[in-house]
Amino acid sequence: MKLSKNFTNPLAANNPVIVQILGICSALAVTVKLEPALVMGLSVTFVTAFSNLVMSLLRNGLPSRIRIIVQLVVIATLVIVVDQFLRAYMYDVSKQLSVYVGLIITNCIVMGRVEAFALGNKPWDSFVDGVANGLGYAFILVLVAFFREFFGSGSLLGFKILGDWYTPNALMLFPPMALIIIGCIIWVHRSINKDLQEK
Amino acid sequence: MLNLFINSVFIENMVFAYFFGMCSYIAVSKSVKTALGLGAAVTFVQVMTVPLNYLLNQYVLAPNALGEGVDLGFLSFIIFIAVIAAFVQLVEMIVEKFSPSLYNQLGIFLPLIAVNCAIMGGSLFMQQMVGTEINSVGDSIVYGLGSGIGWWLAIVMMAAIREKIEYSHIPAAMKGPGIAFIITGLMGIAFMIFSGIQL
Repeated sequence: MKLSKNFTNPLAANNPVIVQILGICSALAVTVKLEPALVMGLSVTFVTAFSNLVMSLLRNGLPSRIRIIVQLVVIATLVIVVDQFLRAYMYDVSKQLSVYVGLIITNCIVMGRVEAFALGNKPWDSFVDGVANGLGYAFILVLVAFFREFFGSGSLLGFKILGDWYTPNALMLFPPMALIIIGCIIWVHRSINKDLQEK
Repeated sequence: MLNLFINSVFIENMVFAYFFGMCSYIAVSKSVKTALGLGAAVTFVQVMTVPLNYLLNQYVLAPNALGEGVDLGFLSFIIFIAVIAAFVQLVEMIVEKFSPSLYNQLGIFLPLIAVNCAIMGGSLFMQQMVGTEINSVGDSIVYGLGSGIGWWLAIVMMAAIREKIEYSHIPAAMKGPGIAFIITGLMGIAFMIFSGIQL
């Protein structure tokens, strides 16, 4: 019961991106098209899940003075694995993501979940928590990318959806629109979940 | 060099063009005073870490730097983050020792800087620009300074606007992060006016 709540909570009610405002840094730039957004979301899910698992296994023998540097090393190693994997098997996407793969290291979601959850919970719970938070992040990324690719290029995942009659709205492809779409998603989300509204 | 500076402050602004450092940008932009403090700290760390990472990149990480056929490029992430974390720790210790009053003002921000994506992003972009825009230590200092000041400018402007909108009638669900994202988007559109400037 508790496990399933741990899993569903970060997906909607306590979403890391739109409620806790974490991990925006590397998120928005990869949302011009759906494909890089999906790959980025899955990469972050992988890194959060396994950094949570590793740190949770290490939590009892780790002096708290050096925990930050140990976390950074664990996370950086996982990100290097992801980066090398993308370069080997999905070279085009890895070119589009450019420096943002490296920025998963400083993604506040990863550090935040390790600090807030993995250091005080059992390995399996931490793993589930990491997967759920990664998926919550991926969900917002995909949502933003959906609107930007659909209205900005008239296509989804590279396939043309809207016909020739549609003039693509180039403004959607510019960086500022990602921020405005996120703002609107927060607006909708907080209109539904009234307890999150600020007084 | 002047071109590189103007470019990194206005055109390729860390916040508006690349969304770097968004987490602390949204979280710490509630008052102009704290925004000024954090901006100064980020600029300082940026000016020091970008040249350091540039030297490491040239003499350790670049292909053939450590001898024929040795390419340690895949270690960049872990080396850069280690330099940044160590440097932030060092600054914190020095400031605490020699200027306790400054430490009390900046103290809470210093640990935040290690996970600020603007710093890591600055180093990663510097690595990509080696050979085109950045060809010497001087260039890398200018780039670090420019991108730090760009971030500083953005967070101070944002804080000034947010102090004013305290008195406006905003839909309840938009208050806080929602409106902050939309304002940032609009500021980003305004900043697009600088694109294409050459000096």
